[in-house]
Amino acid sequence: MSNILLVSLLVLGILGAVLAVVLYIVAQKFKVEENPLIDEAEACLPGANCGGCGFAGCRALAEACVKQAAEKGNIDGLACPGTDMGKVAAVLGLTAAAFEPKIAVVRCNGSCQNSPAKVHYEGADICAFASTLYAGKGGCSKGCMGLGDCVKKCNFGALHIDPETGLPVVDPDKCVGCGVCAKTCPRGIIEIRPRGKKDRRVYVCCSNTDKGALVVKNCSVGCIGCQKCLKTCPFEAIEMRGNLAYIDPAKCKACGKCVEVCPRGSIHAVNFPPRKPKEEQPAEAPKVEKVEQEIPVTV
Amino acid sequence: MANYTISGSPHVHSTENTRKIMYRVILALVPALLVAIYYFGWYALRLTIITMAACMLTEWLIQKFLIKGPLTINDGSAALTGLLLAFNVPANLPIWMAIVGSVVAIGIGKMPYGGLGKNPFNPALVGRVFMLVSFPTAMTTWPQAQPIFEKGFFADAVTGPTPLGILKESGLQTIQQMDHMQFVDMVLGNRGGAFGEVCAIALLLGAIYLIARKVIEFVTPLTILLTVFVFTGICYLIDPTVYIAPWYHLVYGGLILGAFFMATDMVTTPMTLRGKMLFGFGVGVITVVIRLWGAYPEGVSFAILIMNAFTPLINKAFKPYVFGVVKPAKK
Amino acid sequence: MNPIKTFKKGGVHPEENKFSADQPIQDFPMPKQLIVPLGQCLGAPAECIVNKGDRVLTGQLIGTAKGFVSANVHSPATGTVAKVDVVMDHTGYYKPAVFIDREENDEWAEGILVTDELITDIKLDGKAIIDKVKECGIVGMGGATFPTHVKMMVPEGKKAEYVIINAAECEPYLTCDYRLLLEKTMEFLVGVKIVMKGVGTDKGIIGIECNKMPAIELLDKTIKEHPDLFQGIEVQPLKTKYPQGGEKQIIKAITGREVPSGKLPIETGCVVVNVASTYAIYEAVQKNKPLIERIVTVTGKSVKKPSNFRCRFGVPADLLIEAAGGMPEDITDVINGGPMMGKSVSVTSFPTMKGTSGILLMTLREAQDRRQTNCIRCGRCAIACPMGLQPFLLHKIAKQNNFDETEKNHIMDCIECGSCEFTCPANIPLLDYIRYGKAKTGAIIRARNQK
Repeated sequence: MSNILLVSLLVLGILGAVLAVVLYIVAQKFKVEENPLIDEAEACLPGANCGGCGFAGCRALAEACVKQAAEKGNIDGLACPGTDMGKVAAVLGLTAAAFEPKIAVVRCNGSCQNSPAKVHYEGADICAFASTLYAGKGGCSKGCMGLGDCVKKCNFGALHIDPETGLPVVDPDKCVGCGVCAKTCPRGIIEIRPRGKKDRRVYVCCSNTDKGALVVKNCSVGCIGCQKCLKTCPFEAIEMRGNLAYIDPAKCKACGKCVEVCPRGSIHAVNFPPRKPKEEQPAEAPKVEKVEQEIPVTV
Repeated sequence: MANYTISGSPHVHSTENTRKIMYRVILALVPALLVAIYYFGWYALRLTIITMAACMLTEWLIQKFLIKGPLTINDGSAALTGLLLAFNVPANLPIWMAIVGSVVAIGIGKMPYGGLGKNPFNPALVGRVFMLVSFPTAMTTWPQAQPIFEKGFFADAVTGPTPLGILKESGLQTIQQMDHMQFVDMVLGNRGGAFGEVCAIALLLGAIYLIARKVIEFVTPLTILLTVFVFTGICYLIDPTVYIAPWYHLVYGGLILGAFFMATDMVTTPMTLRGKMLFGFGVGVITVVIRLWGAYPEGVSFAILIMNAFTPLINKAFKPYVFGVVKPAKK
Repeated sequence: MNPIKTFKKGGVHPEENKFSADQPIQDFPMPKQLIVPLGQCLGAPAECIVNKGDRVLTGQLIGTAKGFVSANVHSPATGTVAKVDVVMDHTGYYKPAVFIDREENDEWAEGILVTDELITDIKLDGKAIIDKVKECGIVGMGGATFPTHVKMMVPEGKKAEYVIINAAECEPYLTCDYRLLLEKTMEFLVGVKIVMKGVGTDKGIIGIECNKMPAIELLDKTIKEHPDLFQGIEVQPLKTKYPQGGEKQIIKAITGREVPSGKLPIETGCVVVNVASTYAIYEAVQKNKPLIERIVTVTGKSVKKPSNFRCRFGVPADLLIEAAGGMPEDITDVINGGPMMGKSVSVTSFPTMKGTSGILLMTLREAQDRRQTNCIRCGRCAIACPMGLQPFLLHKIAKQNNFDETEKNHIMDCIECGSCEFTCPANIPLLDYIRYGKAKTGAIIRARNQK
């Protein structure tokens, strides 16, 4: 009995020892020399492998950063959309351009209420396919299909379709502004915009470049291209793209004046306090409600 | 304006649906069930009801509380699994074992993979094999067929060996001397065994209905039966004193039930014609090998389960020929 | 009669429902305003050459083809251009269109013969025929609207052996081609001769499904009566099976040849032309009449008067529906074309176009029970696929956006006939996903070829 025990112990013990030595030798022989900086740089990145930077994943970006830093001495042009590259730059002993956090913005408010359904869709839940079949439930040919291609593509779980409105909603805490959703949307409704100071931003919540008369037919909150906002804006931040107003985030100071003048309520201001400070607003300040993300401001 | 429906073409669909397919298979099994009730009385009916109810309840509970997805209990697939499971076990199996088998069939054989259509193995056979290895005695104590008019509806069953069991234990001479082990008894179902497999006529009747309604294709069962016939025929020709004639092999055990109702399960068998033929051939060979030289007297269940595992590979290997893709000409 | 032929692989047989088969073609009265879309064919829309306020004559060119795959558009009526604007087509998208306020009487543009007289003598030569077809803006009128002149131009180094006239009309419900064959037999057969001369061959085969026996017999009889005139034309009955009228399927059925994957039908020496297009070619070549009207079948299970209308382009579809007995109450689905390959309609006011072969009104009963369940891997889609593809697999990998795999599994060979989805017992929208995958894969292949 003890004999068997001894033999098995010996056999297994020797086997284990031999294999350990073999493993050690192999590990030493085939060791891949990798710059430890890559690991450090990767640690600063979110690790979601979203592809928003243009590389296959976070490690690929880290490798590219280390390589460019060695060759050119900077990491310009390489940026993770959702992270401050300053940390990566610090690891590499460099400085990066100032980080501007961004967020995805859904530029359509054609909810079930604002753009009532005229037809009923049955079929594959793919916006890209459905948009080849028909213009859209409400009839707007530039509006959101509401089938959630963007939701499926989001690597951060930052999007969901609101069952009330039938539109995608961006979760500001989860969105890093990687831009995958913007690339996915077959109608280019989602735009990546800077989050703005104190998370306040003003944007046109419509993507329809058609003439006003056609927009009015299908949607009660679509931009009709009346240009009132353009004339009101004190900073010349608003331009017309076809029959659609567009607010240039670089010029916009988030004063909110355009929100008041828009006759269609197409311009949304988010995260503004209920009453704006007097130095920014005239006395007859509008009743801008404190709103959560993407809910239209009632003016 | 009316609220029209927008959908991609085609806008018409055949009236076939999954539920119809499942209920047709259940309907096709009814003759065999009636024969089983005739021979095994109350026990057969009780067992069928229990396994069907247990399978459906298991699926419902899992869908309701674990998956929290849509409830598809009405599609008939769980009921079919229960029915097939009952057909594969002795009629006098204790109730609790039948329930355990049903729970295993659905809870391990089907739902963890995502439910209907995603299970790699036939759930009824998973349940059956689980019971076979867990409760070997109960699962191999077979009641003998006794018409209910002779002994009453609720009478206790008399147990006895199955033909394949006799063949494995006692050899060819013994079975040839037994006068109630003739070919006709086998075809009519007057023998011991799992209660669904005994009557070849009733099973064939259901199979013909299924083939006529295009629910199953005859390719797989035909290849299985042919393979078994040819393989055992060769053995018979080599030594008729050791191996029994091939036509007995066709009606013994669960071959007919397995070939027509289990090996044609759409989910777990190949899709293309050539794939189906290979599948059938594999099932036939493995069945015969287990029957003639294996430890168990019967091998259809194992054969089908083993071939189920090869199904994805077969599907990959045997793709349909694509229109207009010319193979390089042989010169 | 020749023995019945068919293609072997796949196919389904939906209910035929040809309610309007016995309804003679009626001329549809034109409304006050016609809305003529400029994009009526596959490919680039035509460029408008008229302005607001211009007076246009019937048959006058109003839009010129832009690019290789594109077709001219002509005015379907005499009147004044009210505006050049956008109009909602059947999908609900806005498309450019010319609005014409019609005058009471037709005043035909110069050079157009407006008699019913049959002209059998073909004066033009092959090249001139193709030029005429191009000038008159003729497209494939089965629904695909591929410009016919592009099809008829046999590329360098290839030779057309057969002209195949696609009279299968395998789509359920539709009867426009069948009625045309019965009522314009002689004109149609002269049209076949013209196509044969145009592509330079002496063999023409008319493929007809044998659920249209009267047409087969009539054509056979007419050819026998005029053996000199219609030399080389044969009538080939085909089995009633969908998609018998698919271009690749009809070539396979008639000649036994297979169009190689990714190649054009001319590889097999065949040029396939639709019945309505053949008739339009007759009118264009013999009478110089451009394509401004077509036969439209308005039908459906609960339609009061299923009809075949000869209708000028630009007539809003709801007028046709009105003329067929009005919109029944139980309609849930309006389809532009046939039930297997037609397109769902968002608004019924869309103008009729070159590709509008039928307006189908479907009831709830036909569209119901489409609750999607899990794939049970029955393989029926693969059996039904006439191209030998595996729709269940393509569905899965297209859903996963795995476009390398879709390409490897020949997604680009899909002819979008819908047999797979028709037969699926789990009601999975297979074709929706395959179309999506096909569009994406095609884009990837094109991007790669450009590099």
